[in-house]
Amino acid sequence: MDTMRDRFASVVTRLLDEDPRVAVVLAEVTADRFTEAFRRHPDRAVNVGIREQLLVGAASGMALAGLRPVVHTFASFLVERPFEQVKLDLGHQDAGAVLVSAGASFDWPTGGHTHMAPGDVALLDTLDGWTVHVPGHPDEAETLLRHAVAAGDDKVYVRLSLQSSAEGRPVDGQRFLTVREGRSGVVVAVGPMLDAVLAATEGLDVTVLYATTVRPFDADALRRATATAGTDVVLVEPYLAGTSTAAANDALADVPHRVLGLGVGRAELRRYGQFEEHLAAHGLDARSLRERITLFTAGAVPAGV
Amino acid sequence: MTITEQRTQTYGYADLPRLMGLMTGDEKHGPAATSTLDVLWVLYDRVLRVGPESADAPGRDRFLLSKGHGPMAYYAVLAAKGFLPAAWLPGFGSYDSPLGHHPDRTLIPGVEIGSGSLGHGLPIAVGTALGLRAQELHDPAVWTLVGDAELDEGSNHEAIAFAGPAGLDRLHTVVVDNSSASYARPGGIAARFEAAGWSARTVDGRDHEALHAAFTAPHPGRPLVVVAQVEPKNA
Repeated sequence: MDTMRDRFASVVTRLLDEDPRVAVVLAEVTADRFTEAFRRHPDRAVNVGIREQLLVGAASGMALAGLRPVVHTFASFLVERPFEQVKLDLGHQDAGAVLVSAGASFDWPTGGHTHMAPGDVALLDTLDGWTVHVPGHPDEAETLLRHAVAAGDDKVYVRLSLQSSAEGRPVDGQRFLTVREGRSGVVVAVGPMLDAVLAATEGLDVTVLYATTVRPFDADALRRATATAGTDVVLVEPYLAGTSTAAANDALADVPHRVLGLGVGRAELRRYGQFEEHLAAHGLDARSLRERITLFTAGAVPAGV
Repeated sequence: MTITEQRTQTYGYADLPRLMGLMTGDEKHGPAATSTLDVLWVLYDRVLRVGPESADAPGRDRFLLSKGHGPMAYYAVLAAKGFLPAAWLPGFGSYDSPLGHHPDRTLIPGVEIGSGSLGHGLPIAVGTALGLRAQELHDPAVWTLVGDAELDEGSNHEAIAFAGPAGLDRLHTVVVDNSSASYARPGGIAARFEAAGWSARTVDGRDHEALHAAFTAPHPGRPLVVVAQVEPKNA
């Protein structure tokens, strides 16, 4: 199976062939997978070098000139390092782009903290008008990338990861999917967290919603789910814990409810190793998730939250 | 008053001080505003192929004011050329006015980018030049105006170092040099652009003929920078 990042390169190379508005802007990262695009579309496939402020600024200029730029590097250098360019050159200029990141929260644990970006979605939450897709499988990444590029001049973030579910689901670029139905709580699994959530909730009487488009947050789906499963809600996100807690609270503002936001902790681990070890360290493996979900739906609040 | 009504009146260079005088409240940026006046006038009067009617045309020349501080001279020139009504000028900086102390492209006709945070215009201009080239619009020129102290911002150097080797010959930068950078060496600005493969000219930023000659000098295969020297800000 190819990775989401492999799929990104092949899909965007095809989109360059299909749509003359599409451009891709890179900053060295993943450039080795775009050699065919550089050859076929030298003016619309651009590598600006290791220059991330220019990466986003140039994308803004391309959008203002009428193109639909797809902009890519690691999340830490796409959202965090040039954050002011994201805020001003896209938001304030009223220019659209599709930002596609790799690396996620800890795809490369041996790379350490410099290449970890658990705060990317939370940072984008400080800005207006961003659509955020978090695919959990390469097939979903392809679907969501196509939605993102086709979304007019919208500002769209697509968060790719090496973490992937065993099978892709029929995502539509808008709605949460209902994967399992129960009566004692709703668990929202985001993107690559789905398989761990399904294993963790095996035999539990909970509804599992699957979210791959997290902004806008599908408040309707959550409200519908709580009608039969009750208003104990657990969010399991592959980035900073609590990133969507406010969105879930807003969705349920008119009913008494409880929300537990699980995800990547704030504290820097200063550990290398494998990403499975990092998942466990943040309590995102199936066993830890099951413990915390069970405690919470029984009315308690798990330690460390 | 509509923009159309206002356009029936024409203004010349001699009217600019009076138009600028209609704006008050940004005295902090006063020297920054006048340092750009002659550069802006020569560009809009004799170089840029854009007017109120073509402000959204795909083939227009683009002018991106990167140095958004002290935009009174910019607004005065835009008013003189009919992009916006002179009647807007007295409202400068007020809640209901489209004219802020830093410009907003979504509020003002003819303004290509919002600026104010330094170091954004040149990278956006690079992208605009790339975007036009990718659409086979080889005729429109892209201009951006930066200040000498604005070049302190590292984002400019990402753009300068890329644009030369990329051969963006429709890209033009004017550096208005009023010696406001705290750390600078004589000749350093042009040298940095030249080292990156730009064609560079340094002229008197108050001399309209010299500015025009520099702005229209051929620079095949290379982007052009014109360093327009004006009286030092702190003299």
